[in-house]
Amino acid sequence: MNSREHPVAALDDPLTEALLRAGRHLRPGVVSADLRTITREGGREADSFYRDRWSYDKVVRSTHGVNCTGSCSWKVYVKDGIITWESQQTDYPTVGPDSPEYEPRGCPRGAAFSWYTYSPTRVRYPYVRGVLLQLYREAKARNNGDPVAAWAEIVGTPQLRERYVKARGSGGFVRAHWDEAVELAAAAQVHTIRTWGPDRMAGFSPIPAMSMVSHGVGARYHALLGAPMLSFYDWYADLPVASPQVFGDQTDVPESGDWWNSSYLIMWGSNLPVTRTPDAHWMVEARYRGQKVIAVSPDYADNVKFADEWLPAQPGTDAALAMAMGHVVLKEFFVDRQTQYFHDYVTRFTDLPFLVTLDELDEQDGQAYTAGKFVTSADLGGTEENAAFKTVLLDRTTRQPVVPNGTLGDRFGDAGVGRWNLKLGDVSPQLSLYGDADAEPVQVLLPRFDEPSGAGATMRRGVPARRIGGRLVTTVFDLLLANYGVGRDGLPGDWPSGYDDPSQPGTPAWQEEITSVPAAAAARIGREFAENAAESQGRSMIVMGAGTNHYFHSDTIYRTFLALVTLTGCQGVNGGGWAHYVGQEKVRPLTGYSMYAAASDWSRPPRTMIGTAFFYLATDQWRYDQADNGHLASPLGTGRFAGRTAADLIATSARLGWMPSYPTFNWNPLELADAIERSGEQPADFVRAELGSGKLGFACEDPDAEANWPRVLTVWRSNLLGSSAKGDEYFLKHLIGAQDSLRAEEAAPDARPADVRWRDEAPAGKLDLLLTMDFRMTSTTLFSDIVLPAATWYEKHDLSSTDMHPFVHAFNPAIPPPWQTRTDFDTFHALAKRFSELAAGRLDTRTDLVAVPLMHDTADAMATPHGMVRDWRDDGVDAVPGVNFPKLVLVERDYTAVAGKLGALGPLADSLGATTKGITFDLTKPISYLGAKNGLVRGGAGAGRPALGTDAQACEAILAMSGTTNGQLAVAGYHSLEQRTGVQLADLAAEHEGKQITFADTQARPTPVITSPEWSGSETGGRRYSAFVVNVEREKPWHTLTGRMHFFLDHDWMSEIGEQLPVYRPPLDMHRLFGEPQLGSVGELGVSVRYLTPHSKWSIHSEYQDNLFMLSLSRGGPTIWMSPQDAKKVGVSDNDWIEAVNRNGVIVARAIVSQRMPEGTVYMYHAQERVVDVPIAETSGKRGGIHNSGTRLFIKPSHLIGGYAQLAYAFNYLGPTGNQRDEVTMIRRRSQEVQY
Amino acid sequence: MRVMAQMSMVMNLDKCIGCHTCSVTCKQAWTNRAGVEYVWFNNVETRPGQGYPRTYEDQERWNGGWKLTRRGRLTLRAGGRLKKLSTIFSNPLLPNISDYYEPWTYDYENLIAAPAQQHIPVAQPKSLLTGRPMKVQWSANWDDALGGAPELTKNDPILAKIGEQVRTEFENTYLFYLPRICEHCLNPSCAASCPSGAIYKRTEDGIVLVDQDKCRGWRMCVTGCPYKKIYFNHRTGKAEKCTFCFPRIEVGIPTVCAETCVGRLRYIGVVLYDADRVLEAASTPDDHDLYAAQRSVFLDPDDPAVQRAAEEAGIPHDWVQAAQRSPIWALISKYQVALPLHPEYRTMPMVWYIPPLSPVVDVLAKDGHDAEDSGNLFGAIDALRIPIGYLAELFTAGDPKPVRDVLARLAAMRSYMRDVNLGRPTRPDIPDAVGMSEAEIRDMYRLLAIAKYDERY
Repeated sequence: MNSREHPVAALDDPLTEALLRAGRHLRPGVVSADLRTITREGGREADSFYRDRWSYDKVVRSTHGVNCTGSCSWKVYVKDGIITWESQQTDYPTVGPDSPEYEPRGCPRGAAFSWYTYSPTRVRYPYVRGVLLQLYREAKARNNGDPVAAWAEIVGTPQLRERYVKARGSGGFVRAHWDEAVELAAAAQVHTIRTWGPDRMAGFSPIPAMSMVSHGVGARYHALLGAPMLSFYDWYADLPVASPQVFGDQTDVPESGDWWNSSYLIMWGSNLPVTRTPDAHWMVEARYRGQKVIAVSPDYADNVKFADEWLPAQPGTDAALAMAMGHVVLKEFFVDRQTQYFHDYVTRFTDLPFLVTLDELDEQDGQAYTAGKFVTSADLGGTEENAAFKTVLLDRTTRQPVVPNGTLGDRFGDAGVGRWNLKLGDVSPQLSLYGDADAEPVQVLLPRFDEPSGAGATMRRGVPARRIGGRLVTTVFDLLLANYGVGRDGLPGDWPSGYDDPSQPGTPAWQEEITSVPAAAAARIGREFAENAAESQGRSMIVMGAGTNHYFHSDTIYRTFLALVTLTGCQGVNGGGWAHYVGQEKVRPLTGYSMYAAASDWSRPPRTMIGTAFFYLATDQWRYDQADNGHLASPLGTGRFAGRTAADLIATSARLGWMPSYPTFNWNPLELADAIERSGEQPADFVRAELGSGKLGFACEDPDAEANWPRVLTVWRSNLLGSSAKGDEYFLKHLIGAQDSLRAEEAAPDARPADVRWRDEAPAGKLDLLLTMDFRMTSTTLFSDIVLPAATWYEKHDLSSTDMHPFVHAFNPAIPPPWQTRTDFDTFHALAKRFSELAAGRLDTRTDLVAVPLMHDTADAMATPHGMVRDWRDDGVDAVPGVNFPKLVLVERDYTAVAGKLGALGPLADSLGATTKGITFDLTKPISYLGAKNGLVRGGAGAGRPALGTDAQACEAILAMSGTTNGQLAVAGYHSLEQRTGVQLADLAAEHEGKQITFADTQARPTPVITSPEWSGSETGGRRYSAFVVNVEREKPWHTLTGRMHFFLDHDWMSEIGEQLPVYRPPLDMHRLFGEPQLGSVGELGVSVRYLTPHSKWSIHSEYQDNLFMLSLSRGGPTIWMSPQDAKKVGVSDNDWIEAVNRNGVIVARAIVSQRMPEGTVYMYHAQERVVDVPIAETSGKRGGIHNSGTRLFIKPSHLIGGYAQLAYAFNYLGPTGNQRDEVTMIRRRSQEVQY
Repeated sequence: MRVMAQMSMVMNLDKCIGCHTCSVTCKQAWTNRAGVEYVWFNNVETRPGQGYPRTYEDQERWNGGWKLTRRGRLTLRAGGRLKKLSTIFSNPLLPNISDYYEPWTYDYENLIAAPAQQHIPVAQPKSLLTGRPMKVQWSANWDDALGGAPELTKNDPILAKIGEQVRTEFENTYLFYLPRICEHCLNPSCAASCPSGAIYKRTEDGIVLVDQDKCRGWRMCVTGCPYKKIYFNHRTGKAEKCTFCFPRIEVGIPTVCAETCVGRLRYIGVVLYDADRVLEAASTPDDHDLYAAQRSVFLDPDDPAVQRAAEEAGIPHDWVQAAQRSPIWALISKYQVALPLHPEYRTMPMVWYIPPLSPVVDVLAKDGHDAEDSGNLFGAIDALRIPIGYLAELFTAGDPKPVRDVLARLAAMRSYMRDVNLGRPTRPDIPDAVGMSEAEIRDMYRLLAIAKYDERY
């Protein structure tokens, strides 16, 4: 080695050396012989500073109740009663010796949380806007100290009401006493219920899994009042509507540990390092196990670094890419040769072999057909029970139509007992009619929408068809091949000449023109995905996320993805299938949580409302929505959407009982109930008659009428106005009544709704009261009338779970709530107590008429044979509750007993049990256990019942009443499901039958859950959770029409919109719909670009984006990422101040210019709100907006379908999404002198 | 032979997701206080990029570390120590606050306290140094994820060194993350720069610390450290630096940054080395040989002679055992996948890195090849998105061979394990091609992929 050859290694020069040698004895340590350095031992008092800094008194386990799927367990360090910092727990139970572990879980955002505890943005005391508090005190004095009369006077006197409504968002908070703030809120609630009805209030608090009790206690309070809770999963556009459509399930996905089991992983619109930070390592490490990794992302996102290949598809075009991959899979693995594994899988677990009627079209040039409805037993003359919901396939052996086990027709009737399973017996489903001796080739017309404008056209392709029972039928599989452009010899129609034919939808070359991804790459990845699945028996996986899920047409995007994992037999297999992670939606102890939150132990049903429709109407976005929904329709449709706006379709859905609608009627439902009682009629007869006479109307058909406004909105665990409020400026203008920067024009008279009343004057400030609980100042607290100081996640007891890992674990107080803060639990109990007192003599006991939609997982799913719409208003049929009208239920409410009921487990839990996804659990044993564990309530409305008076007791109740955390319930639930299915299931939970996970268990360590019928996967024997494993391995049907996973959807509205099958639809054309400038053009307002709001690296939604640590590590305020090319067009340099302007609003931010970004697209990372570093905008002269100031709501009609099989409502299961990804904005450089 | 023990770290950059959790937990624990607002003992920088403080790697400008004199003697680049003593009262060459960043906060109180007013209240940024309103212009992580590229990456000293045109096209974009702490060097130039003798290596574990009583605030150490991992506390007037979390290490728990790393990419362990040979190794004439020279200073803990010498040097038996099962030893010497950061600074740094295996197959795949196929595997290494030359400038003073060898080993592991994963017969020729046995590649896989807590630390 060279160094060894070097003569004498030495330092510096001889003189220096001599000097230093002389000096070394003066130093405290030992100078090395070569004089290089000093070593020292002992005597280290000089470093005591660092030892002291590290010392602490205790470590407390807690977590962060934020909507991020993390559910990470943390150590919170406390010294001298002060929280100092946090670091991750590493004590997760092991995943097994051959696998990485879940330790550590956490991210920089979570690590920065303790900053909030003592930060200057902490809400320490109750605040009320000064002008309101003064009005209230004066009015109370005028009204002999009567709080309700005082509130009534304020809101009933326009001049008084206007004074505080107009002041919203303009500072001026003053401290209030807790009792006074609570009294003010309770008085407003009593007044609202009495005057307008309980359905004029609403609660918004999302994602119960992130802190079940904190969510549940407020939801329970609202349920006891009869006030609706607003949905969040669909409102956030996190709900993949494809999941209910295809699986009949809200969302069920593998835990991240199961990525390890995959040997081919596509990250599709999911930037794992940024948005699944604690889980990303599974992907990184699985690569070392030979997993191939693909990234599909429009930008060079953080996850692309890990990928073996990057497919930079143009934003929102992902379905074209997936269809091309599907084209290759179908051609090479189904048609050119038959892959046995795939064939067996799709015939058993999908609707592909089921028969569909072909409807003849009137055509000039020859005969052609369109796909119609599934063939049912009833169509073939069957008269057995529920024959209209027994779908039919052909048996390969007998060549006769048969109804296999497991269809919806077996699910609810007596004859279906023991038959609701996927056992085929002797039946061998015929996948295709191709080659069938009785089949004839026929032409079908199919819709296509691949023009950039999104306009529909048709394509002519062929399928083999056969006559059965007088109708021409084919299989879903044959239709799918036609739709994907995979031809077979002898079939008529226009087919692609090959992969390189760009003219026909479905081919790799076709997608290249749309997505920019090279055709060869698309074909190769599709082929590899399938090859890997065939070799590994289904271990190919797609991790998909908000990058593809937040578009208007996300459901079709997702259906093309799901087609890939389903065709290749990956769903229900460990290491395979879809992995959709948007929202921490999985409340693992589901049954107990639902019972607690819905107060189903005291009264049923609760009111739950689809958030998107609620806000669309309440914020008057409908008034600016000029889109005729005919533009979305298939050219093969009947025109049923033509001339109908989204508001019209919401009204249709409401009146048919498809989706909930609260407020429901233009009457107070308490007075409606009184009137029914007075009339002596049945509720349905009374309501029908009054609707007929015109005295009664649906509130959604006149949302601007004063009687139909939402009056009280309570927000907790959420920052609605700083985060999820798509169309934030519309919120500010119409719901809140504050200043806004809305620039849109209202719809012209000829573009207005047909069925919804237009009032010339749009209301500004519909809410009487916006009540918020938070621990920090947000864009929501800034506009609230009352802000109550909340305890943080380090200051209370609660429970956390997620779909990313299989554990339940606890929140614990590291310190008591400081200053005057209170837990949500204590706040709602305080509110309930004051409310109950004020209700005495004002409300007492009333009867409430609750209109309930047709519910999923109940027999309501059989309300609409063939999904054929029978609108009682137009079609000359009767309105029948439960069939084509909401069910009407009278519920008695003792408003003086709300507080007592809130803190006790009610008697309906004993008598009715709890029902989750169609399975009823007998709760007798858990209730008796809880009585002993929590103690019994003495006195009051809950006397003698198990106590729920503390947050820890509520945690205990949730755990005791859920199968995932109570083995006895899991086993009993499976036994009940065994009755219906006739397949063995209870053994899945038997290993834990005697196990009751207690709250103390979850405080000690994250606790793995028990396999339970509440979910579709299995953790039995320490397996990694993967969705639908039980369906595949135990032949338990999916909760769909056929009992299988659906490619084909035959509801009238699905054919109308042209989405019976997976199809590519481009992002909405904002130029065509709203007259925004063409993409790429440069005008006065700047360059026109796609405006995307993906999830941020420096925040979890709006949480942490104001945190000093996150701001210090990023750019310190709102930013917009753009490409150098776009920046150049408008003269923008990195860190310049810019303004983003479109019809929805105005945003001021600084530019981050980066080559990482594709030309034509900008990112404003999600939920950068207006609290930090937002100057006054040049364009508006007002405070710049939040990321959602540039967006608005778009309602997709197909999301409003209900009452039919898997397309039936359940809370957060189905509903229109609050999508926002299709938007465009103009960006320009502004003056660099900014004013605040 | 004079055996000493060194507490060391390896970071597997191939696993780094750039999340900065390490930075935050470190900041919270150690530097969340006045005087060090701008200080991040642990930071994560995006490469290509300028780093923190910006362009710190440009030693032509900052004069950090050591250099060889024409006569082959090792001398501080900023000037010999005599010069240091003679110029002690003049301002040393060091980055100013704008090279780090001017720390700031916001007027958060305004959100609650704002009186009734026309506009929605907002929290305006203000300097933590002056208290005055400011426009935020730079931070400890300003160019995160290529923010500001290509404009800002132009000033990346590494790119300048390799003469590489910045790849400004969207299609050819690449990035990776480089987390950094103090290197706890075997030959610390900070210590050698200190006129007060306040900086020392702990005898038993080699952790480099600043004696807070002895420090006189001359700031020569800031100049001397080429990694710029010594910081000046402007309130106390003393130097501060990463302590390798010695209060935790002493009681057997890993550093904060390592334990909180959700990428699970940090390894901590003991390395035995021959203290008598450090200067010689640091004086290796050819920069390219410095990596090998430093490895040659490490002692094989399984060698009985080393064990005896360690005992004589007073190193406890359990430390020798720890050195034997040290993941650092395994990654540096057994599997030879970890490399030092900037060996050319001649400080003998002891935080080493496994270079990142960026998309291997992209280029090959365009021609229809599957680079997972071991036949294509090694050709693919040269088609990496991240130029090998860039990695070589970071880890091997510009010598591409050791970097290529590491990447080939990682790629071979993936290829070999894919057969295992899919239940195919394994192919011994794959490990063989990178000079490893099947058992070795499986052991390396276990350490890199399974990476259990007990085996990382």
